[in-house]
Amino acid sequence: MTAATMPSAAPVHRVGPVTGLRNTFTLTWRSVLKIRTNMEDLVGLSLQPIMFLLLFTYVFGGAIAGGTHAYLQFELPGLLVMTVVFATLGTGLMLNQDITGGVFDRFRSLPIARWAPLGGAVLGDMVRYLISVAITLGFGMILGFRIGTGPLPAVAACLLLLTFALAMCWVSALIGMLVKTPQGVQMYGFIAMFPLIFGSNLLVPAQTMPGWLQAFVRVNPITDLTTAERGLLVGGPVATPALRSLLWALGIFVVFAPLAVRAYRRRT
Amino acid sequence: MTNAIEAAGLVKRFGKTTALDGVDLVARPGTVLGVLGPNGAGKTTAVRILATLLQADAGQALVCGYDVGRQAHEVRQLIGVTGQYASVDEGLSGANNLIMIGRLLGESRAHARARAAELLARFDLSDAAQRPVKTYSGGMRRRLDLAASLVGHPRVLYLDEPTTGLDPRSRTDVWGMVRGLVADGVTVLLTTQYLDEADQLAHDIVVIDHGRVIATGTPDELKAKVGGQVLEVLAADRSRMDRVAAVLAARTGAAPAADAETGLVRVPVADAVVLPAIIRDLDEAGVELGEFALRRASLDEVFLSLTGSQGPAGHPEDIDQARELERSSR
Repeated sequence: MTAATMPSAAPVHRVGPVTGLRNTFTLTWRSVLKIRTNMEDLVGLSLQPIMFLLLFTYVFGGAIAGGTHAYLQFELPGLLVMTVVFATLGTGLMLNQDITGGVFDRFRSLPIARWAPLGGAVLGDMVRYLISVAITLGFGMILGFRIGTGPLPAVAACLLLLTFALAMCWVSALIGMLVKTPQGVQMYGFIAMFPLIFGSNLLVPAQTMPGWLQAFVRVNPITDLTTAERGLLVGGPVATPALRSLLWALGIFVVFAPLAVRAYRRRT
Repeated sequence: MTNAIEAAGLVKRFGKTTALDGVDLVARPGTVLGVLGPNGAGKTTAVRILATLLQADAGQALVCGYDVGRQAHEVRQLIGVTGQYASVDEGLSGANNLIMIGRLLGESRAHARARAAELLARFDLSDAAQRPVKTYSGGMRRRLDLAASLVGHPRVLYLDEPTTGLDPRSRTDVWGMVRGLVADGVTVLLTTQYLDEADQLAHDIVVIDHGRVIATGTPDELKAKVGGQVLEVLAADRSRMDRVAAVLAARTGAAPAADAETGLVRVPVADAVVLPAIIRDLDEAGVELGEFALRRASLDEVFLSLTGSQGPAGHPEDIDQARELERSSR
């Protein structure tokens, strides 16, 4: 035992913001480390986008767009959105496991910032989202997808995706706090996400859908995000859908982050 | 000197269930306080309050003079928690779990690594240091839990059923570690389902039942309080067990406990003067004796007489139910 690590004679009353940030980064390190050590997570993270790409391109390509290449150009920005949105489910899952498994109680018994475990989980997940995006984009390009704009818009496309994911993961976090088991998180997460994902222009143009569905597609934030991603990666309108996506992200964040934090405080 | 733990009148309700109904506890510095009680008695709730994980509805608790409610952050700098709830991360290696905690406590990377290595060696986990915790055996898991609670050199350590589900060898290991910590001046609050564990480790014992303290004292005081002696009789011919039980019941006025497996019949004896009469009666009944012994009551029997229930050892599911109850009421 070294004197330096002994608890000081007079304990301090609260955590300073710098210590809080340090705590958060330590817990981010933990999340990232878990991606590396947890094979299932890594396989799911990389195989799922590849599977989606192969299935949607070759199963639907011919029927929807008359050819796989044309469809790939159309669907890839959409698949990026889908992959990242589904990946946000992992945030809720991990938080739920941490709570039910008792890891959060360990954190709470330590003199660290109360919000650090939540912050660390979300920051660590950004790395996971980035991996999903890189794999989807990379594998799409192997299949023949070509960025029709330029490197800067492509980077902007990735940043927009991550921003949106940063907002969506709070919805997932809230579900993770409210639901009792990880299985429940998965179920409720999918119930919340499926209509958003498929009730959009993500996989097919909305023109063939019935009017009421088209109305839903028009107000669905996933539609705006997909349109913006298409604009940034392939070409087309960017400004309005990107702005609307950012506003949606802000709105989702402003509503769900406080709700998730509140649920977190109640549950832990 | 300030007591390491001092709780007065702790009350905690979960919905309609009263988990704690005015509990008082005192742990002297550098000693082991054993908290005994059947499942659902409120032991874990009490520990969770003392570990700042739960707010009491009423009452006050101080750890080294700091209030667990208003000065939770101070308390967290002094305590270590090991229990079924405060757990380690299954997805990380043993070493990384300890390094993470060291870093969270503000240690430098080098310090955190060194401390982790030191603790892993001390708990005989060096070989498994780099393996994910989910590959650990139950005993290894528990040792890592204990190591994790020691990273910050706590002055007060909570051990909530630290040996439940462990094999006898691992239990003895954990006991040795607890004794070592106490020798270093750490105060330990230990809850347990095993009375012999409390008997072995605790300087003071608090018995909780239905959220209330029903007895306190040293293990010896508690045994003496219940009056203590127990007569054990084993008939040479086991089929005469019932006859033995009948004689003992008639002479002591208490209900004997007969163990069908060993043939041993036990009964508490308030006054040793009845012994000659019992021997005479057994002789007249033609029971040949295999064993006839008078000994001091064990904590098991103390427990039985205090709570009127069959010892605190029970099914782990009960604990899960209690946790579930706690969760759903939040």
